[in-house]
Amino acid sequence: MSLLAYGDTGWGDELFFATLMTIAVALVALLIGFILAAIFSTLKLSKNKILNLIGSFYTTIFRGVPELLVIYLFFFGGSGAVMYVAKIFGYDGYIEVNAFLTGAIAIGIISGAYSTEVFRGAIQSINRGQFEASEVLGFKKKIYYYKIIIPQMLRLALPNISNVWQITLKDTSLISVTGLVEIMRQSYIAAGSTRDPLFFYSFAAILYLFLTFLSMQLFNRLEKNYSKGY
Amino acid sequence: MDLMIESFPKLINATKLTIQLTLLSLFFGIFVGIFFAILRTSKNKIFYFISYYYSYIFRGTPLLVQIFLIYFGLAQVEWIRESFLWIFLKEPYSCAILAFTLNTGAYSSEIFRAAFETINKGVVEAAKSLGLNKVNIFFKVKLPIAIKQSLPAYGNEMILMLKGTSLASTVTLLDLTGVAKHIISTTFRPIEVFIVAGSIYLLMTFIIHNFIKFLEKKYDYN
Repeated sequence: MSLLAYGDTGWGDELFFATLMTIAVALVALLIGFILAAIFSTLKLSKNKILNLIGSFYTTIFRGVPELLVIYLFFFGGSGAVMYVAKIFGYDGYIEVNAFLTGAIAIGIISGAYSTEVFRGAIQSINRGQFEASEVLGFKKKIYYYKIIIPQMLRLALPNISNVWQITLKDTSLISVTGLVEIMRQSYIAAGSTRDPLFFYSFAAILYLFLTFLSMQLFNRLEKNYSKGY
Repeated sequence: MDLMIESFPKLINATKLTIQLTLLSLFFGIFVGIFFAILRTSKNKIFYFISYYYSYIFRGTPLLVQIFLIYFGLAQVEWIRESFLWIFLKEPYSCAILAFTLNTGAYSSEIFRAAFETINKGVVEAAKSLGLNKVNIFFKVKLPIAIKQSLPAYGNEMILMLKGTSLASTVTLLDLTGVAKHIISTTFRPIEVFIVAGSIYLLMTFIIHNFIKFLEKKYDYN
């Protein structure tokens, strides 16, 4: 247990901050995913065939290619792009881009592909009458989407959003390969310097279980709250 | 473009390992999944809890943790190192397969459990009254219905497992992702390599997708 002491003697504080880092990356990634999903689900639902194709292209690729490969693309590609720009300005060395940002963007794009399908399904399952009634009542499109369609959509999408969140949370462990100090990376460091991988990886597993358990409770409560009227 | 042509044979070669890992893990995973799905429907509380927590733990933690625990963690336990199991557990290949099998087993057990639960009681009762014994009811009546029911969800799980095998590269195996990473980190041209390796993965998902569709049609008696 002394391995987990808080402070200089143990790994308690490091693992605590690593857990916060995991939560932070997952939240930012989920948010990026939602923004992308809002865009691409609209594309997928549009009547324009080309826009449809762009939407399908996005979801097919990022749900069909391993997460790790996408992370490598952004990790190496990100610094490559920055170095390319730096070269124009005369700097020739190696630049490493922020691991948090690349990780969150990579996971966010993957998470967005799953969210797109969730959003699309939720919008499609809303009764057409709701759209027509809003129009008849003279609401502007922007207003009735925000006030009428999206609130109903959220209730329907919530169980699936919960799934996407669990996937996103677990995917963040893959960012450890880029050196970002989240739960997995910190456990790797701790396991290396104490030569006790069994303990630290088990503890990492417990931390993830705790996070998934906690988010399940939260989503259950949200679901109850959103289905009050039903 | 040169790099794409140059890296293509290397990546295709590495795809063999990816396919091998996927098929072996799925094969073993089906048995693990059916086994735990049966435990889950059992009336014995201990069996139920074992199955429940097995699936809870393996579905609630990242696959990466599971691989690292098995590959790095188990090597630390002395009695494992001295037992015959060590022959398997010292190899990253068998560790990866063990981790993937347990992981896909957990997800499949949930899929199969749901499939068993949807079986109409009348069908089982009809089989009983026709004088079939328990073993026959399970293999000839319940299992075929359950397999048909679980096909769409299991197809998704197959694709998830295919993508999951990319984690084998974290324990030094040179699968498709492992080789792609190696080429990227030596040439620093991620986009070309991503396009080639990504297309190979997409082709495999496409094949799985259509294979499941074919099976669904074949077993659609309605």
